[in-house]
Amino acid sequence: MAQTDSNASADEVPEGGVVTEDPADHSVWPLWEVFVRSSRGLSHVHAGSLHAPDAAMALRNARDLYTRRNEGTSIWVIPAAQVVASDPDSKGGYFESAKGKAYRHATYYTQSEGVPHL
Amino acid sequence: MNSAADFTSQDSATRISVGDAITPEGLGASSTPAPEETARYALLLGDDCLILAQRLGHWISRAPELEEDIALGNIALDLLGHARFLLTYAGSAWGKSEDDLAYFRSEEEFRSCRLVEQENGDFAQTIARQLLFSFYTHELYQRLIHSADSTLSAIADKALKEVDYHQDHAAQWLLRLGGGTEESSRRMQNGLEAVWPYLEELFADVEPTAELSKNDIAVLPSSLRENVLTRLTAIIEQAGLRVPDAKGALGADRSGRFSEHRGFILAEMQVLARQHPGATW
Amino acid sequence: MSIKKPELRAVDSPNQPITQDAHEAADDARVGWEHFQQLMEEDKRVEPRDWMPEQYRKTLVRQVSQHAHSEIIGMQPEGNWISRAPSLKRKSVLMAKVQDEAGHGLYLYSAAETLGTSRDEMYQQLYTGKAKYSSIFNYPARTWADVGAIGWLVDGAAITNQVPLCRASYGPYGRAMVRVCKEESFHQRQGWEILYTLSHGTEEQKQMAQDAVDRTYGPALQMFGPPDGDSPNSQQSMAWNIKRFSNDDLRQRFVDMIVPQAEALGLTLPDPELKWNEERGHYDYADLDWDEFFSVVKGNGPLNHQRLAHYRAARDNGAWVREAAAAYAAKQADATRGSALLSA
Repeated sequence: MAQTDSNASADEVPEGGVVTEDPADHSVWPLWEVFVRSSRGLSHVHAGSLHAPDAAMALRNARDLYTRRNEGTSIWVIPAAQVVASDPDSKGGYFESAKGKAYRHATYYTQSEGVPHL
Repeated sequence: MNSAADFTSQDSATRISVGDAITPEGLGASSTPAPEETARYALLLGDDCLILAQRLGHWISRAPELEEDIALGNIALDLLGHARFLLTYAGSAWGKSEDDLAYFRSEEEFRSCRLVEQENGDFAQTIARQLLFSFYTHELYQRLIHSADSTLSAIADKALKEVDYHQDHAAQWLLRLGGGTEESSRRMQNGLEAVWPYLEELFADVEPTAELSKNDIAVLPSSLRENVLTRLTAIIEQAGLRVPDAKGALGADRSGRFSEHRGFILAEMQVLARQHPGATW
Repeated sequence: MSIKKPELRAVDSPNQPITQDAHEAADDARVGWEHFQQLMEEDKRVEPRDWMPEQYRKTLVRQVSQHAHSEIIGMQPEGNWISRAPSLKRKSVLMAKVQDEAGHGLYLYSAAETLGTSRDEMYQQLYTGKAKYSSIFNYPARTWADVGAIGWLVDGAAITNQVPLCRASYGPYGRAMVRVCKEESFHQRQGWEILYTLSHGTEEQKQMAQDAVDRTYGPALQMFGPPDGDSPNSQQSMAWNIKRFSNDDLRQRFVDMIVPQAEALGLTLPDPELKWNEERGHYDYADLDWDEFFSVVKGNGPLNHQRLAHYRAARDNGAWVREAAAAYAAKQADATRGSALLSA
């Protein structure tokens, strides 16, 4: 539910709020990425992320969080730190090579139009 | 305003559906009325689930971590669902609704066991209570799916699949708290000690259960004892903890005569409904 | 912590003075800035590893984490009624709803984490009272009817605000909002249904419903934030597509929606000046009490202290559990490494 009071004196510290420190918490659980297969025959799709102390709990938390409304039949969890990602596309040509190679696509070949089963 | 659906991508990971399962409403509409004794049995089973759901619901917004708010919420919702099946079926014998039974029975008329009435305590005590109850209900529903009463059998079938997860949730936490830190191990042991005296009541051959078990409608509670204890012992030892040697507390008859918690639980649960008798919500 | 940190150190504009050692980074930043500007102009999405202006990142973290905090604190007023819900059906619905709010908080924290701020850091801000959340949750949910009014008006206002945010320029935020909006529509309907049932029930029930609507109406309208004139950051946020409509536009849209809904409920809205303006094609409504609003924002609402204390107690009481689970995981990992060494 709920939104924030957009832009309402956002940097003020509430007068009533007692500023205390959270007792030193050496127990931050790592972040996991969650992938859900919505039904048989489909791939696992990234659903979101969550925190869990270990893989077994990550799987259970994912079940509780991301399949509350019958969204899934199978779940993968992967430590977020283990995801290896490509550079953002703003950095240039990584995906350029794949563009303009029309000959990789069936639509490029027009001679066979109208010929059955081709 | 547009609905959110307008902005939804073809994202299969967020596709939601109701799914196919029995519902309390469906059960109320379709099942043949329960025979008197069977209804009293269903009521006893349902009261356990209702009181435990009431207790667990308190954790939502108070759990150790956000993910656990959600996990405990799911378990509480499952239990509340089981309670609604069982109370609806029980009520069919007397022309009463689930709400008549939940909100307008007195402390003396409830048949809940004292295990579920125990306070949440710290997270470890809640896990201990969950462990005992889920291991017990798992064994119970595994047998109850073969009940001669087809409605009880259908309810057990649905509940069993959910309790399977409750068992796992409790066991996972038992292992983590037992093998985590010195503090968590101490707290987990204390949690087990706190709830253990109320385990025996689950295996007491009270009526009408004992009588109904002769016709294979109910499961004889004492017949569950050995399996439940064996499995509990194994998991507790795996967690590096001790099985408490506390004997069962006296008064294991589900009567409420030997419980101080039940009255308070009901006072809170029933207060609004009782202020407006006959009202619909 | 395994948060996806952006690779580039961002600068506010490509024209800032450039120091020698930052030369290469500044070159990257210039390319990043141009790419970012282009994404904004084309109303496309920014993704976590893209270059983004530091102010964009900061504004988003603030907006998304405040939203997340609102979900978390918002669990309390309604959670307060789970134990007393007047029927088992309502108890199930409410439990599922409050639990959903934990889920929404979690989705949003996750989105904010992709900007490089850990959830723990955001928790810490809420814990210490530095973070903001929606002021409406600093008011009490006094009767069962408040559960209905919160669902209808508070969730209704939230949806009005959130549906456009499904198209927010920051990808993870938009995706989180899609999920939230899908679930939120059930929240508003259940609230409306509670009020409908009450307003068609006994005299006492109807009065309970009316009182709750009277209490909730003003604060719900204030959820859209101060009037546009007093909302200095709005322009920039709109240019960045992380706010798609102004506070007053959204508020007007909401008022126009709830007037006929209130009629359908058989309840009145507590504003004598509320009337249809043919010329504008909208309902006119009276000024809201902004002094009270800012006073609540500053921490002086009826329940600011109680809400924070509840939150802190949960964090404090759970610390040993989080620690135990982390310790257990570390021991298990050690054991696995040990046995791998042995078998090698």
